[in-house]
Amino acid sequence: MTETATELPPQLAEIIEDFQALEEPDRLQLLLEFSRDLPQLPGRLADHPELLEQVVECQTPLFLAVELQEEPKRIVHLFFSAPPETPTTRGFAAVLAEGLDGLSPEEILAVPEDVPDRLGLTRAITPLRMRGMSAMLGRIKRKVSEVQTAT
Amino acid sequence: MPVSAETNDKFAAYAHPERLVSTEWLADHLGDDDLVVVESDEDILLYETGHIPGAVKVDWHTDLNDADTRDYVDGEGFAALMSVKGISRDSTVIIYGDKSNWWAAYALWVFTLFGHQDVRLLDGGRDKWIAEGREISTVTTQVEKSEYPVIERNDAPVRAFKDDVLAHFGKPLIDVRSPEEYSGVRTTMPAYPEEGALRGGHIPSAASVPWGRAAAEDGTFKDRTQLEDIYHNDAGLKDGDDVVAYCRIGERSSHTWFVLTHLLGFENVRNYDGSWTEWGNAVRVPIVKGEAPGEAPK
Repeated sequence: MTETATELPPQLAEIIEDFQALEEPDRLQLLLEFSRDLPQLPGRLADHPELLEQVVECQTPLFLAVELQEEPKRIVHLFFSAPPETPTTRGFAAVLAEGLDGLSPEEILAVPEDVPDRLGLTRAITPLRMRGMSAMLGRIKRKVSEVQTAT
Repeated sequence: MPVSAETNDKFAAYAHPERLVSTEWLADHLGDDDLVVVESDEDILLYETGHIPGAVKVDWHTDLNDADTRDYVDGEGFAALMSVKGISRDSTVIIYGDKSNWWAAYALWVFTLFGHQDVRLLDGGRDKWIAEGREISTVTTQVEKSEYPVIERNDAPVRAFKDDVLAHFGKPLIDVRSPEEYSGVRTTMPAYPEEGALRGGHIPSAASVPWGRAAAEDGTFKDRTQLEDIYHNDAGLKDGDDVVAYCRIGERSSHTWFVLTHLLGFENVRNYDGSWTEWGNAVRVPIVKGEAPGEAPK
């Protein structure tokens, strides 16, 4: 676990440690709690769904927006939207929101691809769905590089 | 003793009306002795967000599949699962789930492999129950363990393997995947990640009947006349046909298996659960690309 902690941003490493400290059924429970805590979209996005992009690789509809804040420091904000009847997708989105929101673009781009596997859910959750979370991370990184080059 | 079957005009037209219950019927029978309600969803956390009061959860992946081999649990595994879910051999089991009962039908089909006698689907599934504003609960149901005998799985009547499909050419095959998967443009459902098949297309001669055609807007099954129109007129099935249905891993085709077997009364329908993730990776099996079914190899 110490290895994980040294190469990941602390806020993400903490979430992974929380998952790994639990037995498998409790990890699912934790994912469920994350899904309940997925922040609602701010009004300016909720009223303008066209500003969100669908992550097509996900099993269920998931929409994502990435915003770059320049001042007082250069950080990324992430926004997700997924229907309540898709708690697993919402849970993954909430993990990434809490783990990545507020980091710099460079920090997000440096997050290793295998983060979803490190949650320790691979046995309980189908490989197909785990790939959905990897796709989410991939999409976030792509959007981050886009907004970075756009500025 | 099994719980009595529901009778209504829509169900009465089906070949085996006793295989379905309506949301209304279930609401009236919750808590009946010998009745166990099972929720089986695609999303592994959905049950926890709210389920029919008293329902237990069966997960298709962690509960019904063997952990190592690509196969279902064995007789002992199934007996152990039934026991912790409080299901006895003579329980009436009502299964429901998300996505028009897609996974619920899969669970029902696996129960059938073990010859569980009285297993029914909730017409319209989870979505209809919730849309009607019926009671849901977030309390995980605590059940008393039951006794369930170890019954060896009997695959042959309802399950086809790859070799069975190769030997089946000349008889009807139904491909229940999306048109894009059938033609070979994609190897998995639209909006799902591409997964695990090296080749796209379909098994030669298979008729394309996407599984969802059997479901109405509200997720209930279409009535008998509409179903006959789809499977007899469009897909060309004839009474008495020996049919194999397949999809990607056997889940969507379980739904079609249910329709053909229990609603239309075909007696020889098998689900090829290896489906496209096996066929699309197998060496030297015939594949047809495009929208036309193609000819069965001689």
